[in-house]
Amino acid sequence: MDISEILVTLGGISLAALVLWYFFFSTRQTVSAVSAAGGLQEVDITVKGGYAPDVIEVERGKPVQLRFYRDEENSCSEELLIPDFRIRRDLPAFKTTLVELLPQQAGRFSFTCGMGMLRGTLVVK
Amino acid sequence: MEPDIKTETLDIEGMTCASCASFVEKALSRTPGVQRAMVNFATEKATIDYVPTQATPATLREAVISSGYGVAERAPDTSAAERSADLDRQKAAAYQKLKRRFWVAAGLAVVIMPLSMLMLWPALLAHVNMQGLNYALLLLTLPVLLYSGREFYTSAWNGFRHRAANMDTLIAVGTGAAFLYSLAATVVPGFFTSRGLMPEVYYDTTATIIALILLGKVLEMRAKTQTSAAIKALMGLQARTARLVRPDGQEVDVPIEQVRLGDLVVVRPGEKVATDGILEEGRSAVDEAMLTGESLPVEKTAGDPVFGATLNKTGSFRFRVTKVGADTMLSRIVKLVEEAQGSRAPIQRLADKVSAIFVPTVLVIAILTFVLWFDLAPVATRLPLALVNFVAVLIIACPCALGLATPTAIMVSTGKGAEHGVLIRSAEALEKAHQVTTVLLDKTGTITRGEPAVTDFVALGQDASRVLQVVSAVERQSEHPLAEAVVRYAAAQNTANLVASDFRAIEGKGAAASVEGQAVLIGNQRLLSEEGILLSPELTAQAETLLRAAKTVLYVAVDRQAVAVIGIADTVRETSAAAIWRLQAMGMEVVMMTGDNPQTAAQVAAQVGISRYFAEVLPQDKAGKVKELQAEGRTVAMVGDGINDAPALAQADIGLAIGAGTDVAMEAAGITLMRSDLHGVVTAIELSRQTIRTIRQNLFFAFIYNTLGIPIAAGLLYPVFGWLLSPMLAAGAMALSSVSVLTNSLRLRAFHPRQAS
Repeated sequence: MDISEILVTLGGISLAALVLWYFFFSTRQTVSAVSAAGGLQEVDITVKGGYAPDVIEVERGKPVQLRFYRDEENSCSEELLIPDFRIRRDLPAFKTTLVELLPQQAGRFSFTCGMGMLRGTLVVK
Repeated sequence: MEPDIKTETLDIEGMTCASCASFVEKALSRTPGVQRAMVNFATEKATIDYVPTQATPATLREAVISSGYGVAERAPDTSAAERSADLDRQKAAAYQKLKRRFWVAAGLAVVIMPLSMLMLWPALLAHVNMQGLNYALLLLTLPVLLYSGREFYTSAWNGFRHRAANMDTLIAVGTGAAFLYSLAATVVPGFFTSRGLMPEVYYDTTATIIALILLGKVLEMRAKTQTSAAIKALMGLQARTARLVRPDGQEVDVPIEQVRLGDLVVVRPGEKVATDGILEEGRSAVDEAMLTGESLPVEKTAGDPVFGATLNKTGSFRFRVTKVGADTMLSRIVKLVEEAQGSRAPIQRLADKVSAIFVPTVLVIAILTFVLWFDLAPVATRLPLALVNFVAVLIIACPCALGLATPTAIMVSTGKGAEHGVLIRSAEALEKAHQVTTVLLDKTGTITRGEPAVTDFVALGQDASRVLQVVSAVERQSEHPLAEAVVRYAAAQNTANLVASDFRAIEGKGAAASVEGQAVLIGNQRLLSEEGILLSPELTAQAETLLRAAKTVLYVAVDRQAVAVIGIADTVRETSAAAIWRLQAMGMEVVMMTGDNPQTAAQVAAQVGISRYFAEVLPQDKAGKVKELQAEGRTVAMVGDGINDAPALAQADIGLAIGAGTDVAMEAAGITLMRSDLHGVVTAIELSRQTIRTIRQNLFFAFIYNTLGIPIAAGLLYPVFGWLLSPMLAAGAMALSSVSVLTNSLRLRAFHPRQAS
């Protein structure tokens, strides 16, 4: 093994480890819903190559309004799926799409793009 | 005294689906002073009845805005249909742009490819300045990268910032690596030559990958718009206006959202029925195919329900409005299909899990591929080999095929189901239906029509039509269900109407009246024997035959002489026997369940070809019978009309509610059949089987494609066969893989329920 092989091997392995950590194990941004008048819990979510914030905490038993603003034209994010609430919605580019749901049970419910690549989690407490 | 009620109409902005409409409606209903609020999603209007002392238009407006929607100052220029057309336009524009990007990439790739191949002819190469050629290729590749491929890089970067990785990440890293390497080889070739490496460039690889992936995207986008075509067609069906009859008898055309419950609406031949209601005046044939899939027009007379969006064929009629807006049959169908398309099929679970970790995992595999090739290949070629295989792994991996496999098939088949009057509640229900081994049919209302009908009319030694006239004159005065059956029978025979007087109902026995001076008695045997009227032996024999066939028998006496017997039974639908035979031919056992006595049960079962049945089942025991069959290890589909069998529908592995069902049944059943016809059960199960087959093919293909493609791209076959996968071929395979899955799903559009033979 010459010096460049050793460098490439070490570099490659640490890069792989970095990829795994970055995508799977790093801490995510969590946001709690803001309760407006009338008990409606509102959350603004920006869709641009992912969901920001992507972990959303809401309270059980109160209506939730998720406001998805899709800040890109990329087709990956054009569809939104929240399977546990039977929601499939087209998100028009550069527009806000409102999605309402009423969480009855506590738990973690994922929302994803049409192909399940982009992900976020709705945490019902 | 009733307080004054005022009505306000607001134009709501920002509603994207039917559930938004019900959300706004709830918000308005909760506002103090609001008596009634109705929001029509299609027209984007809210109609609110409110008490002026407690609410004002301003507070109503406030309520809408605080629920997150807007109120337009004037009528919005765009209706839901136009807005959906707007969305379509946006999509069409995106499609055009995508096509342009593809053509630019393809056009340049076609030039770049032969130029790059010059190096294959050393003789030719001697005359060319390598350095200059590389710069020329760089210039040609830049537009491909910056214009055609731009979205891949921005999307990958946006995703990266959110710690999300998608397909674009793979393409961006793959083409980016090939390009940067080539750029270095072009700008600082000395760096390579000093280390004994050829300064090779991969501009052709970069450009071709981008062109092929874009081609895949173009094909995919074109196919995708077709998956949701069915539901779009449904939504477009709603009528825009209705012709109201004012209390003064004047007819006026009004926009559909101004129609209220209780209004009287006129429908002329060839017009769409505006909304749901009950026919009051006139008769016609109405084409309900759009809702039920029934191709023959349905006869409608006074008292029959009519549904919005159906097409009036022959006559004119007036109907009283009973449902508007989101409550109409059409809206409920659209909502149900929408919800089903948003649900997740259990079969998808594994694919979902894989999708979630797919891209980062492929990145890691690609990095390890690079390291291994670099470490193991000969020094002179290790860098290019490591690079090429690294790129090939990134490019061939296709998460899209996995992601598209199930949802596209579900979208197409739920839409297809709705077209044929089979409403599927969720992807799970659709999946369950293909596993069914036993179909449990409720007898009344499912196999049979669920209403008594005259099957035999026997008048001995008399003019039968005259007897029928007399009988129907008496029965028209009665409200008993059996009497109604007799009246329907007489009407069907075009019997002349006589008038009965002195009508008297005899509780639990029958009725008496006089018709044209003759005393008429109609009732059970007890009525006649208590009156001391004797039956002739012939009539007794006829009655016994009817009783043996498990029919209810009515006896008729005119002027104290028994003249006729009438056999009444709940009749089997004409389609039942054929449908049951088809279910059996598909390999399922069909079992019947009824509250009737074993004799009647056996009779009906034999008539439709069922060998196993449960008789004398009380309504509360129906769910227990389902459990009993399940305990035998069967997967049970329960078919009922939803009246007192909702618990059984829910207990079954899959519940099918028949005949446009009651609301309760629609809630409890996984599948609702809009048509009162058991062939719908066959259609539902056939559709489910075909859909699951398609999904399995898709998933198999997607998994096999990736599990074979990635190792081959990594060079796993190289040590044995010397095979390496060119990144350009990888791009071609990747482009085709997701399109193949989509195309396979779209094959479901050709689904057509086989006609009963």
